[in-house]
Amino acid sequence: MLTIKDLHASVDNKAILQGLNLTIKPGEVHAIMGPNGSGKSTLGNVLAGREGYEVSGSVTYHNQDLLSLAPELRAQAGLFLAFQYPIEIPGVSNVYLLKAALNAKRKAQGLPEVDAMDFLSSVKEKIKAVDLDQDFLYRSVNEGFSGGEKKRNEILQMLILEPSLIILDETDSGLDIDALKVVADGVNSLRSPDRSFIVITHYQRLLDYIVPDFVHVLANGKIVASGGKELALKLEDQGYGWLDNA
Amino acid sequence: MSTENPELTALLNQNYQHGFVSDIDADSLPPGLNEDTVRAISLKKNEPEFMLAWRLKAYHHWLTMVEPVWAHVAYPKIDYQQMVYYSAPKLKPTLNSLDEVDPELLRVYEKLGISLNEQKKLANVAVDAVFDSISVATTFKDKLLSMGVIFCSFSEAVQKYPELIQKYLGSIVPYTDNFFAALNAAVFSDGSFVYIPKGVRCPMELSTYFRINAASTGQFERTLIIADDDAYVSYLEGCTAPMRDENQLHAAVVEIIALDRATVKYSTVQNWYPGDKEGKGGIYNFVTKRGACRGVKSKISWTQVETGSAITWKYPSVVLQGDDSVGEFYSVAVTNNYQQADTGTKMIHIGKNTSSTIISKGISAGFGQNAYRGLVRINPGATNARNYTQCDSLLMGDRCGAHTFPYIEVKNPTAQVEHEATTSKIGADQLFFCQQRGLSAEDAVNLIVNGFCREVFRELPMEFAVEAQKLLGVSLEGSVG
Ligand SMILES: Nc1ncnc2c1ncn2[C@@H]1O[C@H](COP(=O)(O)OP(=O)(O)O)[C@@H](O)[C@H]1O
Ligand SMILES: [Mg+2]
Repeated sequence: MLTIKDLHASVDNKAILQGLNLTIKPGEVHAIMGPNGSGKSTLGNVLAGREGYEVSGSVTYHNQDLLSLAPELRAQAGLFLAFQYPIEIPGVSNVYLLKAALNAKRKAQGLPEVDAMDFLSSVKEKIKAVDLDQDFLYRSVNEGFSGGEKKRNEILQMLILEPSLIILDETDSGLDIDALKVVADGVNSLRSPDRSFIVITHYQRLLDYIVPDFVHVLANGKIVASGGKELALKLEDQGYGWLDNA
Repeated sequence: MSTENPELTALLNQNYQHGFVSDIDADSLPPGLNEDTVRAISLKKNEPEFMLAWRLKAYHHWLTMVEPVWAHVAYPKIDYQQMVYYSAPKLKPTLNSLDEVDPELLRVYEKLGISLNEQKKLANVAVDAVFDSISVATTFKDKLLSMGVIFCSFSEAVQKYPELIQKYLGSIVPYTDNFFAALNAAVFSDGSFVYIPKGVRCPMELSTYFRINAASTGQFERTLIIADDDAYVSYLEGCTAPMRDENQLHAAVVEIIALDRATVKYSTVQNWYPGDKEGKGGIYNFVTKRGACRGVKSKISWTQVETGSAITWKYPSVVLQGDDSVGEFYSVAVTNNYQQADTGTKMIHIGKNTSSTIISKGISAGFGQNAYRGLVRINPGATNARNYTQCDSLLMGDRCGAHTFPYIEVKNPTAQVEHEATTSKIGADQLFFCQQRGLSAEDAVNLIVNGFCREVFRELPMEFAVEAQKLLGVSLEGSVG
């Protein structure tokens, strides 16, 4: 699914990612943990194609050279990033954006535009799953949403687009336990043998609900430790300090 | 993080789609302006004496005036003696049906996407088309006339309804008002006239399409709309011009009168040729638009989408005379490349309980300069007047500018005046977010900008809203930094 080799990224000559390697197979869930500023969001941004980084190394996604693709082509190829800080778009209704996004993807796949009625009924079903009121469909994207509502809205977009590689960037931060469960249920409902997840988080709490196959620790722009779910528990227990001597 | 988006900048070169020139035999006056020009225009139009007298007074007044310099726009001096003041497509003397209109002219309108053919898609829009200086054909006239609605060219109105013209012409925008209004009064050659009788709700949107075709021609049209007691009308104005290297002047005047409980909605989608990427050519759009809410509970609402023209200078205004009258101004103004816009409104509160709303959205890209200039005046007698003004600017890139010049004069202590202003940059974050959801950079810009303009677009009649959204996309393609 995804093979990252020796990935470097810097901004204004400041090195952020410094030789990152990671291989993700279809169906796997990889958690990435690490201290603030270690480069977790940068990894998500670079994979999704955000401008402004100097990037080197190679990333192969579904046998394609991911780094050569424009961000929208990566998205259309099934890569999805749930943002750490979801973006507001005043005056653009949520439902309009969802439909535009879905149709862009369908167009890339050579499919006709989604039927308006089918779309509406599917959206109404899925918005229930993230426990948001239907009004949210007609409100401007994320404008005036609470932190938790914004995160649920990201999950709604994910449910509509049914991506194949999903990167969740601290989707759990700032959520109470009920919201956390909503997010986890959304993610788990999409788990399938041909879909993979990168779950970036600070807290092992989320991993009780989204059980990962692998846990990696990112520090100073590299993966410095990898293991199973027990690694997350150890981090929770002992912090990141012990890694300095590892 | 870099603020330039090369991919988007590369998309900038979409051609102006209405830039064709039509080869039509024209009847023109030689360039230049003097008393004889004014007399010749009046004579060609076979005008009654009062019209000529009024034009001549306007011309002599114009001679005493200087071109205004206060607007936040810069352009080389206009040579008024180089300009052609009258150019009419040669037509058979009277047109009884569309079959008699020059087929080439009809093809022009087809290219513009407006069809004069009643059977076609504008089934519910009556169109008065002004080509260069004269009104070519007005559709749906008979149907409207049966309800007492007059919708015809200005020239025709001068012939058929001189008493209405004499009563109202210049009553809202006198020729002394400003330099361009005086020039217009002296040389205007045609335009549209609308009269909605008492108690009539005009059953269709009335629409005028303006087009400048001939070279070196100034276009000076004049529109007069009168809504009698309890009348309602929605009026649409669209405009395009061919691509030419020299600048062309468009100095129009629109006057609206709303009597007791009458409502007039006036919508404009202005897409005059904006000039090329280097700022060469384009229309100078110097327009005076004003409405008077003469009657109690009357309402005048201006909605404008200004995407074209090299320079736009216009302030559609409302004089709120009648008690409980309402004035509205909804505006989207886009400046890209080297376009300049200085636009806004004046709301003059005279009657009691009058209220006005101003929503202005300025979008600047490239080297575009966009100024909002607005006056809210509450006169001493305007007890309990209210105004709400919201003025938002969106910048795309680092080389464009947004400016706001709000003037507020309150002379009655009961007034409530609210003013909000924001300036934002189209965010790299927003763009990336949309692209991450699969939208192309171009579609992402359109989505964000249309969202920014939503409060204005929703005031437009449906088919105009769609056109406005498309135009905005074309005007802004690739202009994000
Ligand atoms: N656009 C940027 N400009 C400058 N520094 C940046 C930028 N993006 C990230 N950084 C820096 O790179 C480091 C890693 O940031 P980030 O990837 O957001 O970390 P994390 O998500 O792990 O907290 C931080 O020191 C941050 O300040
Ligand atoms: Mg982060």
